[in-house]
Amino acid sequence: MAWVNAIIQGVLTGGLYALFACGLSLMFGVMKVVNLAHGDLAVVAGYLAIGVIAVTHIPVLWSFVIVVPLMAALGYALQRTILQRALDRGALTTLLVTFGLSVVIENALLQFFTANTRGIGTGLALVSGSFSLGSQIQIGYLLVVIFAVAVVVLLGLQYFLSKSRYGRLIRAVADDKEAAQLAGADYRHVFGIAAAVALGTVALGGIAYGMYSQLDPTAGTDTILLFAFAAVVIGGLGSLWGTLLGGVVLGVAQQIGAQINISDEVLAGYIVFLVVLVLRPQGLISRRAGS
Amino acid sequence: MTGPAVKGDGGERPADGTPLLEVRDLVVHHGQLCALDGISLSVFPGEVYAIIGANGAGKSTLLRTIAGLHAPTSGSIRFDGADVTGLRPERRAAQGIVMVPEGRRLFGSLSVVENLQVGAAYARPGPWTIERVYEMFGWMRERRNQPTAQLSGGEQQAVAIGRALVANPRVLMLDELSLGLAPVVVQRIYGMLPEVLQSGLTVLLVEQDVSQALRVASHIQCLLEGRTTLEGRPADVTADQVEAAYFGLAGAIPAGPPPGEGSEP
Repeated sequence: MAWVNAIIQGVLTGGLYALFACGLSLMFGVMKVVNLAHGDLAVVAGYLAIGVIAVTHIPVLWSFVIVVPLMAALGYALQRTILQRALDRGALTTLLVTFGLSVVIENALLQFFTANTRGIGTGLALVSGSFSLGSQIQIGYLLVVIFAVAVVVLLGLQYFLSKSRYGRLIRAVADDKEAAQLAGADYRHVFGIAAAVALGTVALGGIAYGMYSQLDPTAGTDTILLFAFAAVVIGGLGSLWGTLLGGVVLGVAQQIGAQINISDEVLAGYIVFLVVLVLRPQGLISRRAGS
Repeated sequence: MTGPAVKGDGGERPADGTPLLEVRDLVVHHGQLCALDGISLSVFPGEVYAIIGANGAGKSTLLRTIAGLHAPTSGSIRFDGADVTGLRPERRAAQGIVMVPEGRRLFGSLSVVENLQVGAAYARPGPWTIERVYEMFGWMRERRNQPTAQLSGGEQQAVAIGRALVANPRVLMLDELSLGLAPVVVQRIYGMLPEVLQSGLTVLLVEQDVSQALRVASHIQCLLEGRTTLEGRPADVTADQVEAAYFGLAGAIPAGPPPGEGSEP
């Protein structure tokens, strides 16, 4: 029964990891940006939620209504300024720039919020509560909600990419940005939209993480970025539903590892990551986003 | 500019009108290499203006520079009286300079209709719609949801042309339509030209297949190593002149190796 519990917990945690990963995957799939600051931006969103809640007294669960648009706007601005300039100079520059961005964000967070951990405390039964299946399985409401949010986000992304005008442009630009320019599309603007969407999803990931666990300035690279990378690689680069599958596989591996020995939780996840990388480097699902 | 067989400008061209597209002394470098060395041309409304020349003559570079994909070292491009030399490609497309790029360059992860929709996303107002493209290429409607990778080369070329048409260009630039296609398919593709012209478009095309270009063009210009070697109406140039301009056989026409009789006119 303990194993069943581990698997259920792992699957649900996978939803959180998919929230971390889908934005990373989108930015790589469209702009070929490997955003090393992705996790830090999630942490920024978490702190932003704490600030928004403190200032506006908005209900905790509704903080995303303010934080997601803010992060989306930040994503657009970031793409149109720093990232686009880096892209114009090449892939390596872009990698270095996002690394630098990560260092800057982390240290700025340390400066303003100290190294103390902070949670997005809700005091709500939803966040701390759980329900039982049988005698040994306890499922937290929060993880179920996060998993549901992840599924909704992925469905929304899929719909957006396959049906909407900008989704179509994003796929076109990802295919061939020169041909898209000839059709009148400003690919820099389209990149900006894609970055806005990506940071909108990572904002949800950051808030969810703050409720589920504890935020601290280094969580972005220690945890979120690495888990996001692992989920993307396991699931398959550029595949939306692959990020959920990758997140679930990672989550289950971690929980099973923890079941064997509590200190093996993270290690088990990375072992699976490594095995997939060796045996199936294209990931479990290897299709382009939205196609 | 002054090759052995350059014809005078103007002449029978619609001298009353102003050119829709005017390129002056265009110089373009690819790194150290000079790809275009002082090219000028004037395209008048309603013309089919063909650029011919051998591989590496600079034809595609010329079209790509007019489309805005290359920045010229010097020279100017004017469209409808306004200087567009510094405009980004998407701004030029919005003004009506639209190119069908060499090799089709369809969006591979998009279906046929989605390719057309992207073409129409920033369309100017005008007669061309996705519906009209379907009417012109009859097979396209029922295969609109297929990925473009499943189409034959000729069908892909038709989609690429459709994608450009739905933007309602004023100048449609066609880069090597015949590339990699069987002659019969090329004939069929060029069969769309009359309808395109009838809808009021002007066509500037690049073609390696000289006989094809001479058949459809109202004005031709031959490039050789980035310079103009011949210019005029197809009716006014002889096969020998074209041959000399194409291969750069400066003056020495009778000694040329090709199988034709090659006598002086």
